[in-house]
Amino acid sequence: MPTIRFEQVEKSFGAVRVLPPLDLTLDDGEFTVLVGPSGCGKSTTLRILAGLEELSGGEIYFDEKPISNLASKERDLAMVFQDYALYPHMNIAKNMSFALRLKKTPAAEIETKVKRVADMLNIGHLLDRKPAELSGGQRQRVAMGRALVRDASTFLFDEPLSNLDAKLRGKMRTELAEMRDTLDKNMVYVTHDQIEAMTLGDRIVVMSEGVIQQQGTPEQLFKEPANKFVAGFIGSPTMNFLDAELVSEKSKLWARGDGFNLPLSKEMTATLKGYSKKEVTLGVRPSSFSTDTKAGAPIELRLVVSEYLGAQSTLVTKCGEAEVLVEHESSSPVRTGGTLKFGVRTEELMVFDKETERRL
Amino acid sequence: MTTASKLNRLTPYFFLAPAVLLLIVALLYPIGYMIYASFLDWRPSQYISEAEFVGFRNYINLWNDEAFRESFGVTLKFAAVVVTLEMALGVGLALLLDRNLRGMAALRTIFILPMMIAPIVVGLMWRYMYHPTVGIFNRTLKNWGLEPIPWLSDGTWSFIAVVIADVWQWTPFIFILSLAALQSLPQSALEAAELDGASGWQKIWHIKLPLMMPVLIVALLLRLIDAFKVLEVVLVMTNGGPGLSTEILSLRIFRTAQEFQELGVAAAMSNYLLILLMLLTTIMFVYNKAVENRAARLRAAAQET
Ligand SMILES: Nc1ncnc2c1ncn2[C@@H]1O[C@H](COP(=O)(O)OP(=O)(O)O)[C@@H](O)[C@H]1O
Ligand SMILES: [Mg+2]
Repeated sequence: MPTIRFEQVEKSFGAVRVLPPLDLTLDDGEFTVLVGPSGCGKSTTLRILAGLEELSGGEIYFDEKPISNLASKERDLAMVFQDYALYPHMNIAKNMSFALRLKKTPAAEIETKVKRVADMLNIGHLLDRKPAELSGGQRQRVAMGRALVRDASTFLFDEPLSNLDAKLRGKMRTELAEMRDTLDKNMVYVTHDQIEAMTLGDRIVVMSEGVIQQQGTPEQLFKEPANKFVAGFIGSPTMNFLDAELVSEKSKLWARGDGFNLPLSKEMTATLKGYSKKEVTLGVRPSSFSTDTKAGAPIELRLVVSEYLGAQSTLVTKCGEAEVLVEHESSSPVRTGGTLKFGVRTEELMVFDKETERRL
Repeated sequence: MTTASKLNRLTPYFFLAPAVLLLIVALLYPIGYMIYASFLDWRPSQYISEAEFVGFRNYINLWNDEAFRESFGVTLKFAAVVVTLEMALGVGLALLLDRNLRGMAALRTIFILPMMIAPIVVGLMWRYMYHPTVGIFNRTLKNWGLEPIPWLSDGTWSFIAVVIADVWQWTPFIFILSLAALQSLPQSALEAAELDGASGWQKIWHIKLPLMMPVLIVALLLRLIDAFKVLEVVLVMTNGGPGLSTEILSLRIFRTAQEFQELGVAAAMSNYLLILLMLLTTIMFVYNKAVENRAARLRAAAQET
């Protein structure tokens, strides 16, 4: 399995530049997730890797071997498409065995391979049906099966779960996570769903408008986002951003703004020394609020709506004029319209530069 | 249900009935007329009511008529040859031109021009091009120092000549239908085949052609039906000759009625042709219905799972 390296890869469609020069390394045997909002160039990146789009500049290397001149079929890749892309006129067995049949694999071997993969994916009983006779979830499995039968070195997935309903998506996500652990393959997985990215990725690459914002493990992205975009994209409910001014008082830095005045931790005070009196953006995760006011710095929020989700609720509140989401245990009820007191775990606060949006 | 609401339900039929009746009469009267005429010994100088009723004599005579059978054979051969060539060329061209290069749109428009020309004009045009001395073909051959070809004066050559003219005019029909079919193919399935390792030919053979098949079969049947009825091009170019080499059925029917004034016999010939065409049309409808039913069945099966 090769290490895949993008070097200054560019892509334009006519005058529209989708990927500015992009560098990216996908390590051997890793499950990499490309995540970002719709239209940010994830599919384009994947399709360039697959050889379905030509690159406008730069080069891709498989173990230091340039491959941009190789046709798709010479790259030893298997891909699962968003719309599954099954062959409508072939039954499931034929769909799954197409690549092997083209390679003139002996019939007995084809049968064993197809059967093994089909059983693994619970589609063994569907082998002589046509794709149109299957439900969405089953088609999705067949698409997956067709890729797995190939035994290619690298697997590409382009939003394979996005056409499934929420329940099925959750189930397939779990199965994929299991599969990731049993298969020792390069996998590149594209999705716009940060939950999928967090559950599946060994490493996550966050993209926005063709630019890689940050790469790292799910935990790194959540705890140490490089900038405001990543902080806002990763995590659910999304992070709250508040305009604030940093003020130095009592040997500490305080983030002060409309309706709040929160002390920063010792480490942050140290790193942000130079930012006293500066305007910044303060990031507070919804999970950083505690009903126990002694657990952190006090803050008062005006409750607008409580969205009940089961054990947890999401409180939509106002802090001054800004909207603030709060993750809240449903077991301690709240009254709409009133003011609520919370303690903010200040060690979880993040501060972003107002102009560059980088985390400070 | 009250009487009033029953009447209300019937109202649309009252309004539709005259139009539908008129339509049925207008459609069926000429056909009925032709079927009736085929049982008569009828001359154009007679009222149809004066004609002698001869039962199946016209049909039986035709069945035993060597020249009629030959004409039927020419028609079958003509239809088989032109439709085979048109399918091969039309599909081939479509496969070749199904790409988004600059100028393709213009090229496609040019390719479908022949279809827009009236068949009689096509016949005239080709007759001049096949002219033994001043026609473009023989003039070119002569310029190259080659023997002229007896385009319209030799049995085999004249058959080839009319085949070429028909193929020239009707290949575009297969071409545009094939191109439309190709362009509505699921692109991602073709990309999947690409990644699965299929070469250009393998994609055509294993993916494109099978997926185009429903359209191709309908195109084939439409062309066959049309090829059996071709008249003007042959009439203008060879008038069936030399000998009976290009005397296709519709031409023979035309001449039987026009030159030999045997309206009953001509009608009987037409009915033989009609039976053949109805057979083809039925095959087409049955096929279409089968495709539809299959799609419905597949959809239903998908709903269940
Ligand atoms: N074939 C194409 N022609 C023109 N523009 C395209 C084409 N494919 C993608 N784009 C544009 O490139 C951008 C990125 O698309 P894509 O890679 O599909 O995004 P994502 O998969 O992240 O949603 C979009 O703005 C899209 O409109
Ligand atoms: Mg996409």
